[in-house]
Amino acid sequence: MDARRGSEPTAPKNPTTAERKSERELVVTRTINGPARIVFEAFTKPELFKRWWVPKSLGLTLLSCELDVRVGGTYRLVFSHNGSEMAFFGTYNEVTPHSRLVWTNDEGGDDGAVTTVTLEERGGKTLLVMIDLYPSKEALDAAIASGSTAGGMSEQFDQLDELLVTLGASSGRS
Amino acid sequence: MHVANSRDILNLMVQYTTRLDASFAALSDATRRGVLEQIGRSDASITDLAEKFHMTLTGMKKHVGVLERAGLVTTEKVGRVRTCKLGTHRFEEETAWLEWYRQVWDSRFNELDKVVEELKRKERVDGRKKRK
Repeated sequence: MDARRGSEPTAPKNPTTAERKSERELVVTRTINGPARIVFEAFTKPELFKRWWVPKSLGLTLLSCELDVRVGGTYRLVFSHNGSEMAFFGTYNEVTPHSRLVWTNDEGGDDGAVTTVTLEERGGKTLLVMIDLYPSKEALDAAIASGSTAGGMSEQFDQLDELLVTLGASSGRS
Repeated sequence: MHVANSRDILNLMVQYTTRLDASFAALSDATRRGVLEQIGRSDASITDLAEKFHMTLTGMKKHVGVLERAGLVTTEKVGRVRTCKLGTHRFEEETAWLEWYRQVWDSRFNELDKVVEELKRKERVDGRKKRK
């Protein structure tokens, strides 16, 4: 494979995969059309990281982004969504330039996952594998379930659900 | 209420936005509101709905598809008949959640692609400068 081919401006998007690899693991993969050195840079330099970690389509704003990328160093991301703020933070456990990053997700206490990113370069492209290892099956189940039931932010969902119930009930009566 | 960690909360915020957008888009159409009311009365096949709303099967399939993606309707195929019923939660199933999760990462990586392309261009330009 020619390393330069990937740098053509019209390179097609590579597919992203996501799966629950085990009771405690979520795995996301994606090939990036560039060398591992550059991908690593995009993960570790705040000015680059904040340009891609929160795409506009997510409806979130990244207010601040501090990354102290070294073993034992910490990171802190602050997001805003509809006026409410949320901080994400943790510690880098492993930092191996251009190939491996491991960080903790400490904001939620003991149920947080440990994230491992590995970068494997082949022919100028990089296979990125991201593993979230949860402390227990229950912790991962809970993470998925809380996403599924949309807990505290679901006022509008509840209203929608009520609307559906009302639609069902009122038409049932007629 | 269980809040495992702030990644979950981020998930919620994103789902909130995405689902709300999809739901409002789905509800903005009079036919689709009619279909919701109809299904609220009783489950119905796509053929039933197409007849009731004087529409082609293809047209009705599209409307049901929009409602389904918005999490307002669920469908189930039994034999050759696809039955529609009111559905309120899009993310009940782990597979649906995983697909949503995959999409979030996909949009992140699409942005990462742009950053990487830019850095590669920059390196080429810098490389040329150095050689001169």
